[in-house]
Amino acid sequence: MENSSYWQENLRVIKICLVIWFIVSFGCGLLFVDILNTIQIGGYKLGFWFAQQGSIYTFLALIFWYGKKMNDLDKKYDSGE
Amino acid sequence: MDELKIYTYIAVFGTFGLYFAIAIWARAGSTADFYAAGGGVTPLQNGMAIGADWMSAASFISMAGLIAFLGYGGSVFLMGWTGGYVLLAMCLAPYMRKHGKFTVPEFIGDRFYSKTARIVTIICLIVASVTYIIGQMKGVGVAFSRFLEVEYDTGLYIGMAVVFFYAVLGGMKGITYTQIAQYIVLITAYTIPAIFISFQLTGNPIPQLGLGSTLADGSGVYLLDKLDMVVTDLGFQEYTTSKLGGSLNMFAYTLSLMIGTAGLPHVIMRFFTVPSVKAARSSAGYALVFIALLYTVAPAVGAMARFNLMNTIQPAAGENINYAERPQWFKDWERTGLLAFEDKNGDGKIQYTADAKTNEMVKVDRDIMVLANPSIANLPNWVIALVAAGGLAAALSTAAGLLLAISSSISHDLMKGILTPDMDEKTELMLGRVVMSISILFAGYLGLNPPGFAAGTVALAFGLAASSIFPALMMGIFSRTMNDKGAIAGMVAGLGVTMLYVFQHKGIMFIPGTSFLGGLDANWFLGISPNAFGAVGAIVNFVVAYLVLKSTSPAPKEIADMVDNFRSPHGEIAAAQDH
Repeated sequence: MENSSYWQENLRVIKICLVIWFIVSFGCGLLFVDILNTIQIGGYKLGFWFAQQGSIYTFLALIFWYGKKMNDLDKKYDSGE
Repeated sequence: MDELKIYTYIAVFGTFGLYFAIAIWARAGSTADFYAAGGGVTPLQNGMAIGADWMSAASFISMAGLIAFLGYGGSVFLMGWTGGYVLLAMCLAPYMRKHGKFTVPEFIGDRFYSKTARIVTIICLIVASVTYIIGQMKGVGVAFSRFLEVEYDTGLYIGMAVVFFYAVLGGMKGITYTQIAQYIVLITAYTIPAIFISFQLTGNPIPQLGLGSTLADGSGVYLLDKLDMVVTDLGFQEYTTSKLGGSLNMFAYTLSLMIGTAGLPHVIMRFFTVPSVKAARSSAGYALVFIALLYTVAPAVGAMARFNLMNTIQPAAGENINYAERPQWFKDWERTGLLAFEDKNGDGKIQYTADAKTNEMVKVDRDIMVLANPSIANLPNWVIALVAAGGLAAALSTAAGLLLAISSSISHDLMKGILTPDMDEKTELMLGRVVMSISILFAGYLGLNPPGFAAGTVALAFGLAASSIFPALMMGIFSRTMNDKGAIAGMVAGLGVTMLYVFQHKGIMFIPGTSFLGGLDANWFLGISPNAFGAVGAIVNFVVAYLVLKSTSPAPKEIADMVDNFRSPHGEIAAAQDH
């Protein structure tokens, strides 16, 4: 029982991460790139920036957030690891 | 001997000496040491080792060159390779670590309670890994022949000897500690020239910011705007918007690279080296920091290399340089045949345009951009020497990881797991070393006699990993009911569709003339290039597996229990440690 609610919460964390993962890479970097390119930040067109820089920074943030969330979950369910 | 050569010898042989010293210090004593470094590597160390393992000669040498010439289209490699890593770290690595076995085929064999599934995985793994090694070996040969001016063959032999020494002796333990050193060498070699060049061009030493800055020539124009202007003037596509094929092709290409990368076994194996699931998660985080360092610098390296190249040939609009006054690096690379000029209009000046009729830069190999970059920017010789050592570190570290994946799948999965299960540990360790030695010789042979289809097989390697290994692992973890028949049918179907597509456009087994639909873009399914087809293969895999599962009985209860166990935070972490 406890295991399965752990698993449900685990899945929720992964889902949130994957939605953001999809939005920054496939969304901002590919599908909406032309629209975002109309916005300029410094020398970067925004869509181009997402494709070559922004998506990678977001991936980094995601992976650390995921690690922290999962450690909290393990603590909550008192993993004896 | 000139100054550059002396520096290069110092950099290359200094780093090789370091790898040897580490190999002697970290010899493997047990199979757990050999396959998984005894499970005792700290997350920070493992992060660096993963970084070095992950970033191959392709990342170090080829990627920035591809970006330089593809512009925005090159983003598929940046997002694909890093995004795939995110998938691996969140969806696969923690559970596979919890399950606690040494290899990917072993995990699939356990989860789908099937030797057939294990064998299918072994075959995919070996084909994908061998393909990769050819690329690394070629990288070693090229780096040696260009920088130390030894024969390509001799360079390759030296590379083989170095890998042999630390990989065969140290196994995963030796490889891990060597890779840590190699990471430091390669990242230093990559970022130092980038910092110099970024500072020269924009006044900002941080390449990631320099790329978005104005030029330091006082014009106040942004570097990227100027680059767009220069390339479009000569008829090339605008740098910041040029697409690679159509939008759908870029989408499929990115997705294929992502799931293909996530399914590459030599990187997954790295997560078996840490002591706990928590450590697996934090290694993943550290590793991405180390990977992102190179991957966020690469776009700056690419754009600035293109900018410098254009500027050298045409310092101002209409003022092309005379061929007779070309710089030294131009002559050096002409000698290798990777750069070629042909004076078509006979005016003695160099014209570089997008139009094949007037373009006189008849060959500009993309792979030379990173290696030539420091000389194009007139950087000091020690920086150029460092780049040589860095390229070798990138190629050797990845080759070693791949060799380990191959040797473990043969000695551990095929022999110990299937053919001779009662083999003792000592024999297995011995066998692992023998197989690895044979693999090195085989990889060396392929590096010396690269098969004509070497370039085409990269599509195959990613296609294999994307369409077979990745879906099987995902279903093994996220479904409790997926059974052996579904998984095997899915793998075979995904693999079949992908191979058929690659073969029909690139020739059966890449033999020229046998491609029955030709390499023509017009025949591509929905405009998706063969390189990008792995994503479609993966979808076929999932669908077929699901349909077969629906018409057969689900996985037995003990398998569902096993899945519950590796999903749960509790319970013994079945150890890749030998206590």
